[in-house]
Amino acid sequence: MLKDITIGQHYPTGSVVHKLDPRTKIIAVFVFIITLFLVDNFMAYGFVAVFVLLCIMISKIPMKYIIKGLKPLTFIILFTLMINSFMIAGEIIISIGPLSITKEGLYQGSFMAVRLIMLVIGTSLLTLTTSPITLTDGIESLLNPLKKIGVPAHELAMMMTIALRFIPTLLEETDKIMKAQMARGADFESGSLIKRSKSLVPLLVPLFTSAFRRADDLAMAMEARCYRGGEGRTRMKQLKYYKRDFVAIVIVVSMFAILYFS
Amino acid sequence: MGKENQMINIDNITYEYKSEEENLIAIKDLSLDVEQGEFIVIIGHNGSGKSTLAKHMNALLLPTEGVVEVKGMDTKDEDHTWDIRQIAGMVLQNPDNQIVGTIVEEDVAFGPENLGVKREEIIERVENSLSLVGMDAYRLKAPHLLSGGQKQRIAIAGIIAMKPDCIILDEPTAMLDPEGRREVMKTIKKLNKEEKITIIHITHFMEEAVDADRVIVMEDSKIVLQGRPREVFKQVEKLKKLGLDVPQVTELAYILAREGINIPADVLTVDEMVMKICQLQ
Repeated sequence: MLKDITIGQHYPTGSVVHKLDPRTKIIAVFVFIITLFLVDNFMAYGFVAVFVLLCIMISKIPMKYIIKGLKPLTFIILFTLMINSFMIAGEIIISIGPLSITKEGLYQGSFMAVRLIMLVIGTSLLTLTTSPITLTDGIESLLNPLKKIGVPAHELAMMMTIALRFIPTLLEETDKIMKAQMARGADFESGSLIKRSKSLVPLLVPLFTSAFRRADDLAMAMEARCYRGGEGRTRMKQLKYYKRDFVAIVIVVSMFAILYFS
Repeated sequence: MGKENQMINIDNITYEYKSEEENLIAIKDLSLDVEQGEFIVIIGHNGSGKSTLAKHMNALLLPTEGVVEVKGMDTKDEDHTWDIRQIAGMVLQNPDNQIVGTIVEEDVAFGPENLGVKREEIIERVENSLSLVGMDAYRLKAPHLLSGGQKQRIAIAGIIAMKPDCIILDEPTAMLDPEGRREVMKTIKKLNKEEKITIIHITHFMEEAVDADRVIVMEDSKIVLQGRPREVFKQVEKLKKLGLDVPQVTELAYILAREGINIPADVLTVDEMVMKICQLQ
């Protein structure tokens, strides 16, 4: 179940999208998100969808994998759709008791749902095609100019790297603890919401304990490997812009411009 | 032996864990000299002070009393902390908790990156270290998809990439299956024989101590026994009294000898045992 979460997981295929500079991809995703929020008709979303599909195809990541990543969000997406359909006043299509679905609501709801789906696919495409360390390298490099005003660029990047590195480890651990507690009769899947959240306690306590122990170990291992902050540190992978990066940026920005100004 | 052959000198150190409730002495008046190129195995119970001792060897802990010197550098001297940690690398027990990178090669590069090694050389070092531990095929894999033994070998490669003279391994095999344990032991022995890296290996498995140059037995914050594996394991009764095991074959020899069969007490390997039994009348 927990293995389904694909956000933050890298899926290497060696495609052009993978090879793009992380800074290019981060900027592209930003432009993409801004576009999503500024655009306000389905026609434009159609364009965006085609663009996203093209990106996925070029990146050679199996569609199934991406859809799997959307599954945990089904509830939020449906919820958005429903709230909007019921709450927005307008021309009534169907009424169920005191509730009624309006045309405007349905329109707005599906609009929001599409926006959410695009948002998740777009951002997960970033993490799927970029190894977390490259990604944080990109963030660090983009934040570097802000160091002068006191933004701890290297520290932030290191924290992210470690967080990303431990996501699969902690997921695996959660699975293990869950099974161990289920073997002792714990029930995570039935009962009221309150009962279910209460049953999470025997899961979270051991998980936290072990996460702290891991943190302690990791800090020691990093010190033993001479880690002493960003100062004087070299990098094996140096970021370098290639022609393809300029092309990618031009494509993304012009897409944004066309959608926004037309 | 001249001082230039010395890797680590530990002179009469005591270490106390201080907390609000109680002070716990983890090491008491302990001295130990490690020579360059030696393969030392430290055995002992949980809480006997093995890990605390190991952490003194690369300045992760500083002695409350006494002096630890790594290649003549005092670990208390803050100017040398990073030199010491480069010379004396450390591998921990849990392979998951010491891997920083999300891709094998990125993790191996972490150490040299911290040392400020030039980019071209890092790439070279990563390649060499990975091939030394036999993991070159996994260069671009994600560490969490590897087996325990493989992860531990990556951790070792990460240390080798820093070009240490000495590697301290704190129970690196404790969480591994027998296959993983074999892989890791093979790698450690190879590093000692071929690369002449000094090895200090802490373990619970007596079989791993058989090929060491020196076995050190710790009990209750002190060294209680040390010497060549043959000399140490010969003392089956003393080890048993400490609650420690001896290699299975040695125990068998001990029992056979007690039953009046003419087998020397210092048999360490199965092959040797077979030889001795075949020579029996």
